[in-house]
Amino acid sequence: MFYVSVFFQYMAQYMKTKLQYRADLFVEFLSDLMFQSVNLIFILVVFGHTTLLHGWARDEMIFIYGFFLVPFALFGAFFNIWDFNERYIVRGEMDRVLTRPVHSLFQIILERMELESLVGGVTGMIIMGYASARLHLEFHWYDFFLFLLFALGGMLVYAGVFISLATISFWSDARSSIMPMMYNISNYGRYPIDIYNRVIRYILTWILPFAFVGVYPSAYFLGKKEWYGYAFLTPVIGLVFFMIAVMLWNKGVKRYRGAGN
Amino acid sequence: MDKYFEMIRIRFLMMLAYRTNYYTGILIYCINIGAYYFLWSAIYNGKSAIQGMSIEQMTTYVAVSWMARAFYFNNIDREIAMEIKEGKVAVELIRPYSYLGMKTMQGLGEGVFRLFFLSFPGLIITSLLFPLHFSSDIRTWGYFALSIMLSFVINSQLNLLAGVVTFFTLNNEGLLRAKRFVIDLFSGLILPISFYPHWAQEVMKYFPFQAISYIPSMIFTESFRGQAVINGLLFQLVWSIILLFPLQLLWKVAKKRLVVQGG
Repeated sequence: MFYVSVFFQYMAQYMKTKLQYRADLFVEFLSDLMFQSVNLIFILVVFGHTTLLHGWARDEMIFIYGFFLVPFALFGAFFNIWDFNERYIVRGEMDRVLTRPVHSLFQIILERMELESLVGGVTGMIIMGYASARLHLEFHWYDFFLFLLFALGGMLVYAGVFISLATISFWSDARSSIMPMMYNISNYGRYPIDIYNRVIRYILTWILPFAFVGVYPSAYFLGKKEWYGYAFLTPVIGLVFFMIAVMLWNKGVKRYRGAGN
Repeated sequence: MDKYFEMIRIRFLMMLAYRTNYYTGILIYCINIGAYYFLWSAIYNGKSAIQGMSIEQMTTYVAVSWMARAFYFNNIDREIAMEIKEGKVAVELIRPYSYLGMKTMQGLGEGVFRLFFLSFPGLIITSLLFPLHFSSDIRTWGYFALSIMLSFVINSQLNLLAGVVTFFTLNNEGLLRAKRFVIDLFSGLILPISFYPHWAQEVMKYFPFQAISYIPSMIFTESFRGQAVINGLLFQLVWSIILLFPLQLLWKVAKKRLVVQGG
């Protein structure tokens, strides 16, 4: 209960600071929208020259991209740990975090919240709405809950991978570019998995499971029965990877010795 | 002239000190090229050619676009915006060189560095991973070299323009992001211009963006031949001259209006 109330207090505080600079916020929304449209335009232009991509139609591709935006937005809003190494380890900020009464990872999530990223999720839902209207998809009442479950699962996959990477800083404080590298790999999950060769497919399913952020869960809503098994695994994979990350984090924190002053 | 050459050299040496960052840079570029390689393979799926380009040409197009980007890409727009925000620009302006010229030379130093430490090794690695086709015609390489030089000029001019606008707006994060978006989409980096619908191609003829990535990559893959190569180079040349005018004009006004914050 304490965690929930702290969470909402931080959230309220965050909104207050952000709403002070409304023009900046507006610009940020607009530019996020633009960057999300780059991929959409890519899909639209490419399907001017082909009708099917390994059995996936244009609107199905659009749906996958729309779905992908939702867990990605949730991840962006709550797990901003790109600069964990510089911000917390090199500058010694971690010392302060450890004195707080909540779990250190939770404290960092609170501090680094970026709620404006959630707008990307709204965009995603609009894109999905457009695609499902064109595909005449039918939804049941429980699909809404599955959608939430899958979106959260996808978010946890992302969070798991990136928190695990952030914990590397506990062992080695050298700067590394592994985060941007992983970000580029994660883009692979936005496209149908069967366009890749077997090795990459395996990696995207079991090792860096970014396919569970886009294709697999979307396959359920698109009624692709052959992928249902994978689709329902989404929350499980998410939880497993997140738990591994938290375990690594706890181990890392024990090893942490302050740097700086 | 000497001092500008010196700036290129110093920036090059500065980058050299941090060269380990670039090994992962190569990997990142390979990952991106890989994603597009698989996408395009699925899109072609047995078709021998789309818009006159074979899958082999398309793969080469993607690889060379990314590697050329390493050369022409720079952050001088952000650097200028930063120096204005921090007030450093006041000191820069009293120094005995042209501020914009100095920025361009720094960008060139970075570009040359990345050409040697990212593009060349990167191109060799990608050619082992993916089926690329390199032209055996020496003239193609010559035209390509000329073309990416002009890409650098045009991209830098656009960056300088965006940077100088900061003199008026003081904070132009929005404009910088919008510019990046436009260049991502319309330079030809993610999609060759010839794939866009006809009306979009017509509109883009009146903008300089395709001079940045599309033209050099089309020359390299020999999708442009004969007169098309010359036309492409002329398009780049004309734009690199046209862009000088708004740049000079804006710079003149900007210097008069300069408000130093802090500093």
